[in-house]
Amino acid sequence: MLRAANKTGLVFFPAFDWAIDPTHPEREERLLYTQDQVSEEGVFDIEGIIEYKPDMVTTDEIRRAHFCVPDENSIITESHLISAGGAIALANAVMNKEVDRGFALVRPPGHHAMRVAHGGRGFCHINIEAIMVEYLRSRYNIRKVAVIDTDCHHGDGSNDIFWHDPDVLFISLHQDGRTMYPGSGFPSELGGPNAKGYTLNIPLPPGTSAEGYLYVIQNTVMPILKEFNADIVVNSAGQDNHYTDPLTNMNFSAQGYAELTSLLKPDIAVLEGGYSIEGALPYVNLGIILAMAGLDYKGVVEPDYNPEKLKQSVSITDKIKKTADLIHSYWNKRDQLRLEAGEHGDIQTRHREIFYDTDNIFERQKERVRVCHDCGGCFEIESHATPGNHILAVHIPLNACDACIEKGYAFYDQADKHGFHRVFLQDRTKDIYEIK
Amino acid sequence: MIIGLDVGGTHTDAVLLSENGLEHKIKVATDSSNLFNSVLTGLTDLLEGRDPDSINRIVISTTLTTNAIVEKNLDPVGIIVSAGPGIDPEAFRTGKHYYPVSGSINHRGRETQQVNERQIEDIALELKKAGVEYVGVVSKFCVRNPAHEILIKRILNKYFKKIFLGHHVSGNLNFPRRIATTHLNAAVFGKHKSFFEAVKASLEEKGLKVPIQILKADGGTMTLESSMQFPGQTILSGPAASIMGAIPHSEENQDTIVLDIGGTTTDFAVLVNQVPLLEPVGIRRGRYKSLIRSLRTHSKGIGGDSVIHVVDGELAIGPKREGPAMAFGGPLPTPTDALVMLGLMDMGDKAKSEAGIESIASALNLSLEDTAHKIIDTTCSMILDRARMMVDRINQKPVYTVHDFLEGYKISPEKILLLGGPAKYFAPRIQELSGIKTEVVPAFSVANAIGAATARTTCEVSLFADTEQGITNAPEEDFAEPISKSYSEDDAVETAYNLLREKALNTGADPENIDEVEVVEFQQFNIVRNFSPRGKIFRTKIQLKPGLIKGFETVCKQIERE
Ligand SMILES: [Zn+2]
Ligand SMILES: [Zn+2]
Repeated sequence: MLRAANKTGLVFFPAFDWAIDPTHPEREERLLYTQDQVSEEGVFDIEGIIEYKPDMVTTDEIRRAHFCVPDENSIITESHLISAGGAIALANAVMNKEVDRGFALVRPPGHHAMRVAHGGRGFCHINIEAIMVEYLRSRYNIRKVAVIDTDCHHGDGSNDIFWHDPDVLFISLHQDGRTMYPGSGFPSELGGPNAKGYTLNIPLPPGTSAEGYLYVIQNTVMPILKEFNADIVVNSAGQDNHYTDPLTNMNFSAQGYAELTSLLKPDIAVLEGGYSIEGALPYVNLGIILAMAGLDYKGVVEPDYNPEKLKQSVSITDKIKKTADLIHSYWNKRDQLRLEAGEHGDIQTRHREIFYDTDNIFERQKERVRVCHDCGGCFEIESHATPGNHILAVHIPLNACDACIEKGYAFYDQADKHGFHRVFLQDRTKDIYEIK
Repeated sequence: MIIGLDVGGTHTDAVLLSENGLEHKIKVATDSSNLFNSVLTGLTDLLEGRDPDSINRIVISTTLTTNAIVEKNLDPVGIIVSAGPGIDPEAFRTGKHYYPVSGSINHRGRETQQVNERQIEDIALELKKAGVEYVGVVSKFCVRNPAHEILIKRILNKYFKKIFLGHHVSGNLNFPRRIATTHLNAAVFGKHKSFFEAVKASLEEKGLKVPIQILKADGGTMTLESSMQFPGQTILSGPAASIMGAIPHSEENQDTIVLDIGGTTTDFAVLVNQVPLLEPVGIRRGRYKSLIRSLRTHSKGIGGDSVIHVVDGELAIGPKREGPAMAFGGPLPTPTDALVMLGLMDMGDKAKSEAGIESIASALNLSLEDTAHKIIDTTCSMILDRARMMVDRINQKPVYTVHDFLEGYKISPEKILLLGGPAKYFAPRIQELSGIKTEVVPAFSVANAIGAATARTTCEVSLFADTEQGITNAPEEDFAEPISKSYSEDDAVETAYNLLREKALNTGADPENIDEVEVVEFQQFNIVRNFSPRGKIFRTKIQLKPGLIKGFETVCKQIERE
């Protein structure tokens, strides 16, 4: 008789009737064989594993994390609402102590969706983890959150949303951006002037195997997590590091995923990518579920699993160690980095270009942030999408100081609404969202 | 005329029904040490002075299997499992003779590791030596491809006369439950067989020639012959019989809650448009989980004889029964004592009930009358809370498509039907507290036997088709056929329908009672690899719904008028 050592909640929402398009990797079939494997293993009968029905997120919940342009309904479908709602259902179960931790096996994914969202990029429209984090911080007495993104692609959406937030530690492990979409996530990307060192990017060379992933988790992620001391740890559990994934070039395995999960011990894990739907996902998901629940996962191996064949080269190991050391040194210097990043009260400007591969949109952004040593600082983003809209969006963070609140309203009030299709205000201190 | 007989834990109930209604009913105490006697006594009494040729249907429900499990009186069974990757199969050990072996089939039904025939031979010899007669073989994903189970059986054939295979148990995925269910079928087979052979012989002696039908946990019937393959399906047929007996008194296009209030427990079920809801995967009772198709029932330890205590100044009712009510010589006050004391139930020793309620009243610092009312209210509220919980749980069941999320059916009960001894005394209060029209099922004391008598044959077929691999199969039915790339949704449903019809007739269905077919599940997926379509997967599950044989709804309504 199996009994989970950690009471574990699962939300399973495979969206069997939703696809980006019929032959797209993000299609109906994606979680079919995972469901078969998990059902056949009798996972839902294990004592201490509880299946939850997802909720549906509301527009207000999305508006804490995003500026959807021109509005929410224009860029998302019900499936996005349910997918994000799945993570929230689990977050509630964890916070209400019904379960110790939870895993949301939902689709579509979300970690490429940025704060300003004109459409879909990297198969993502809204950011599931960010919506959940904002929900947790509004609903419960939570201040510090860690989001560890282990998807093979750089979690550039989460990276963007948490960029200026010193209360959210965002760490992404991913295949080197020089070899893969979205082409970002280099070690020097460390967060905005008010949160330097609270975004950490750990690129890994193609061919990295379990050895490399687990090295980084053990030697870099875990010590930093311990020091940061988050109220809640979230794992963006993408499964495309697998050696059979058609979109990536890594050598990770189901055993590796299970081990990573049992080291990381996330409170909430959320499925992101992973497109080897037959050869990897059924085993990886089963491994993660068992590891979350504290059950034996040694038997969860791909039928063609051969650890010898997956071994990484010595040069890869060396590269990974170097990156890990570099990241650790950035973390240790974070206070100094923040002081060097700018003069208190200054306005810093950043220009960016963002491509939406899923919806074929090109966006130009001009961001102006108030450098602040007392809080995460407010900022405004002027965003111009082609095809699309020209908008201005103002964000005041949850724990903003009075000066930043005042400056945020000044940004908003000074914006000439005739110059833009829309002007948005997201004031997290009062939990309000305004459009003019 | 038709006969229904339900051998329950305490009573054996039997009825004889004709087109004119209830001809005869009997209730005798069950002799748990000799169930066969209980069956025989019931039947002899019913047939007294009647022409055996006038009987054209007999349905029997017994606690034989349930008792065997509860008393751990099971035959030793050898279980051979091939699991492949996944959870260590040791976790599902059924007993001493349990053998995880090599061989593996994946989720698509493809072989990923071969069976080691030598290993199977060795196990067969070992089992033989240990004197084990019955063997079960279960492979993971056998419902996608039963080849390994069939191969292992072929090796075992020369050693054992009865071998049970996992893929015959159900079309549902769930390896641990499949192991438990296969084990159960094998472990009760011997008892089931000798019991029903004895019943059959004595019926023939009485001149009865109609084939015996046996009630299953899903409220449907099967012939004696087909029950030999799946004796486990007779488990918990008693509660199913009662629910079937309530059906004629529910309304079309309405949701109904059925409450069977007994002495110790109350059983709960839900009818949607006169059809009882089924368990999604199979029977579960506490730790015991199976793939046995079953009506969805919940049980809670509250009934007429539940003991009443006062804990921290609050009433606590149940979950235990320590004997009958004090009015009937029991040791502790019960809800029945509250009914007797208030004069609502005109039976038993009122003075004794009063004494019992008095002890509660003083602890609560209330008057005797107020205490008795409070007990009845609390009992009814507890039952209703549990009923609500069950409905909420059904409505909260996870769904896997956007469509079901948005459009999924939600139960909203408009009627409550009560069965069981104390039911009629609680009915008015249950109606007031719930605001839902509440009725007591007529002739409720034998509703279980009526339910058994009038239940029709049920069955289910799960069909799987994969045009990439060019095969359609329904392993439960020993069916597999090659298909072409053009195989369609219509082809899948038609094949499934034909298999269902054949299965229904083979398991004893009357040809006029096989039209209530329902497609329970239909899924269709495009298989895409490297951005190009490779084929389609179809999955369908269709069933002959639980329900009553034709013509007997009106007969049962007549019982209402009597
Ligand atoms: Zn990815
Ligand atoms: Zn500030």
